[in-house]
Amino acid sequence: MSILNIFNQVEISHYIYLSTVLFCIGLFGVLFRRNAIILLMCIELMLNAVNLLFTAFSTYMGDADGQIFVFFIMVVAAAEAAVGLAILVLVYRNTRKTDVSFLDQLKG
Amino acid sequence: MLQNLPIPFLVLSFLTILSALYVVTSKNPVHSVLALIFTFFTISAHYVLLNAQFLAVVNLIVYAGAIMVLFLFVLMLLNLSKESEPVKSNWWGIAAAISAGSLLLIITAAFQVSGEAVAKNPVEGIGLVKALGKVLFTRFVVPFELTGILFLAAMVGAVLLGKREKAGEALISKEDSNG
Repeated sequence: MSILNIFNQVEISHYIYLSTVLFCIGLFGVLFRRNAIILLMCIELMLNAVNLLFTAFSTYMGDADGQIFVFFIMVVAAAEAAVGLAILVLVYRNTRKTDVSFLDQLKG
Repeated sequence: MLQNLPIPFLVLSFLTILSALYVVTSKNPVHSVLALIFTFFTISAHYVLLNAQFLAVVNLIVYAGAIMVLFLFVLMLLNLSKESEPVKSNWWGIAAAISAGSLLLIITAAFQVSGEAVAKNPVEGIGLVKALGKVLFTRFVVPFELTGILFLAAMVGAVLLGKREKAGEALISKEDSNG
């Protein structure tokens, strides 16, 4: 079925390490960058690391539930990206910046 | 440990991590978006290796096709393609690297001391449309319908936020935004 029979050659721990590294790269981006678009992209990267881990566990355990959860994560990511980018456009229209450090002037 | 892994897995993992690092470190936001699209392509290739064929196609269509085009569109609309980010001091980078590295270290160490995760019984064909559809429309039908409501709410919210404000009904009043 697959291109190579991955169960005999790759252990699931390798997928755990790979997605941990991806998640930490995304976390580093969220902490380091200031451009709000890059921050949203790093959040997408972290969500994809989780998706990869869900899929790996789902395949290795022979249970389809993990892949269904990946669908729901994709739905939430799409909604989050749409609303986040709309807020970003609104902020840019008012301040001419997408720098998140500028947003500490927000007052309730 | 790494040398008895199959070559496609190694190459794909290497490309994934490399392009993810480029997403984070690139100065030009357009290069970041393109590198992220490449990352999604490699993750889709991982899904194919993992026998999740339908998820691979959905990942390409939804992420690389829709979400990233939305990002690129907003980037072009706001005209941010040049290097517009203010230069940060190195301390921020060091602090962020220490934080992310600590998390990586802790998760890896926790996994080392925990029990070995083994494959139970890999089943052929659970990543195909037929098997996934059966599960999605029987056991997960209520969350599936709720996602429709979530999408509707997100769509209404995005349209409401993105609507150009008319004079007199400003969403954020001018004197607040300028102050």
